[in-house]
Amino acid sequence: MSTLEIRDLHVSVEADNGPVQILHGVNLTVSSGETHAIMGPNGSGKSTLAYALSGHPKYTVTSGTVTLDGEDLLDMSVDERARVGLFLAMQYPVEVPGVSVSNFLRTAKTAIDGEAPKLRTWVKDVKQAMADLRIDPEFAERDLNTGFSGGEKKRHEILQLELLQPKFAVLDETDSGLDIDALRIVSDGVNRFSANGDKGVLLITHYTRILRYIKPDHVHVFVGGKIAEEGGAELAEKLEEKGYVDYVGASA
Amino acid sequence: MSTATDTPAQHGLAAHSHGAGTEPDGRTKGALDRFASFDVEAHPVPRGREEDWRFTPMNRLRGLHDDAPLDGSDYTVQVDADPRVTAASIGADDTRKGTSTYVPVDRPSARAWASAEKIFAVDIPRDEVIEQPVVIRLTGTSAERGAAAHLVVTAGRHSKSVVVIEYDGSSSFVENVEVVAEDGAELTVVAVQDWADDAVHLAHHHVHVGRDATVKHAVITFGGDLVRTGTTLNYAGPGGSATLLGLYYVDAGQHIENRLVVDHNTPNATSDVEYKGALQGKKAHAVWIGDVLIRKEALGINTYELNRNLVLTDGARADSVPNLEIETGEIEGAGHASATGRFDDEQLFYLQARGIPADIARKLVVRGFFASLINRIGVPEITERLMTTVERELAVVEAMTADDGA
Repeated sequence: MSTLEIRDLHVSVEADNGPVQILHGVNLTVSSGETHAIMGPNGSGKSTLAYALSGHPKYTVTSGTVTLDGEDLLDMSVDERARVGLFLAMQYPVEVPGVSVSNFLRTAKTAIDGEAPKLRTWVKDVKQAMADLRIDPEFAERDLNTGFSGGEKKRHEILQLELLQPKFAVLDETDSGLDIDALRIVSDGVNRFSANGDKGVLLITHYTRILRYIKPDHVHVFVGGKIAEEGGAELAEKLEEKGYVDYVGASA
Repeated sequence: MSTATDTPAQHGLAAHSHGAGTEPDGRTKGALDRFASFDVEAHPVPRGREEDWRFTPMNRLRGLHDDAPLDGSDYTVQVDADPRVTAASIGADDTRKGTSTYVPVDRPSARAWASAEKIFAVDIPRDEVIEQPVVIRLTGTSAERGAAAHLVVTAGRHSKSVVVIEYDGSSSFVENVEVVAEDGAELTVVAVQDWADDAVHLAHHHVHVGRDATVKHAVITFGGDLVRTGTTLNYAGPGGSATLLGLYYVDAGQHIENRLVVDHNTPNATSDVEYKGALQGKKAHAVWIGDVLIRKEALGINTYELNRNLVLTDGARADSVPNLEIETGEIEGAGHASATGRFDDEQLFYLQARGIPADIARKLVVRGFFASLINRIGVPEITERLMTTVERELAVVEAMTADDGA
């Protein structure tokens, strides 16, 4: 049983004319076995939350705390955060020419586990995970994310999620830009990941349609850099019908 | 993302031809011919505005391009070769000089041609297959006085061999290297320039590919303050196959320049050029100019050239100019590509976000970038050492990044 705890988080981002405050006091607790959906209009700070949790250098935490099982996450480097069990599936996965997918996956797995995976089972696991996500085996030898379509990139994020088995997964708009088939494939991957009830998922999305495939236990509406409303799955249905008009109007 | 930094030059087919026109002395040859002469005085002292010199920091040439004496001999040469191979100093009047058909294309090259008192000649006998690479190690002991050298490598008919030339130490070195592959020969020549920080090296290699011969030529540059290598190549007959490879790793303040001209002057030949470089640190400057000439008689040839640069830190600059000049369309293929990419904060963040520490992330990227090229060079005796040297260079960028973070 693990807990990711975000308390009164304030975050600014470096812009051309100085830092701009984006998050204004976010409180959120995710425990293993739970799936939380964070929904909100464009510019509400959803992605900022994801990047700040991972430790992207452009984002500065100005106050507040984030702990994973009591350990101060904000004090850790980006790679340390990943090694204690935090995973960010990125909205725009980065192309890294020269590094093959298979080499990257093996290096990441070795870093996370602290030892190289056993070759035979690893090769089998990778093959199986790729097959589950309908990823062509030849992708293993391609350069990481280089020349991948948007959908291929997203499926590779979920491939990593399944192979690296973190404690908590933050999915930053993994559904955006996916057609219905790809959305289903990706959702199945997330559901396999969380099936044993020992993982926490923080699902950041602009649209409700992914919630047809991934059932959230909690829904948080994110507006103006903090959580404006919280509820169960029924809150998503309300957003499906009415959109964010109420919230955006209120914050303006 | 991972696109151009400073000034990546990319341009299309023969957008501008550097070769056409009349030379200052009034001589005209084919439209594709460059000026060349054994006469030093026929080459005016370059001032840095000339097309061929516009990227070179002239004030760091120590006058080697002008009139600085080239009578130094502060270097030692060691040879390790199979007994069937002859590798020895011979007189400058030996008939092997000039067998590659090379005529000096610039003033330093013409000066070295005239100044070298001896020639070092490596001869691979006809029909012999020499497994063990011939290794020539040249160690400079002082950069104070300019030195001129001349090397001729001759691979006899149907021979098969590998020649490695290693440079290290301190020197102000101007040289011509002639590589002659006779008909049907299979020859690999690798120059590894691993100079000390104060070295200046102006080299010109000319490769002459015999009928149906296969030549692989590689220039690897790590050290030196300024290293400028010209490589020209032409064919003695049809059916020749040439692979020109290059690897460079440019540190802060270093200038590494490669200028290639592949002259397709015979039918049914191939050329394949691949140069890759990594750059790190302030004022690290790499220049790559790759010209391919396809003459009227070069029917059915196939050529491709590629230059890729990986910029690891801010403040480094890569100039890359591929160029094709074509006189016949009756060819199998001709293409080129040039790309300068950055290893940037976003890539580092992505790899770190998967648990990979920053130093391993960098290693992963640079090893991956160079691995295929080093494999293509295909000389197992030096493969591991090249990777080790690449990692030694990487340690420099890590130290730099650690300083930044402090």
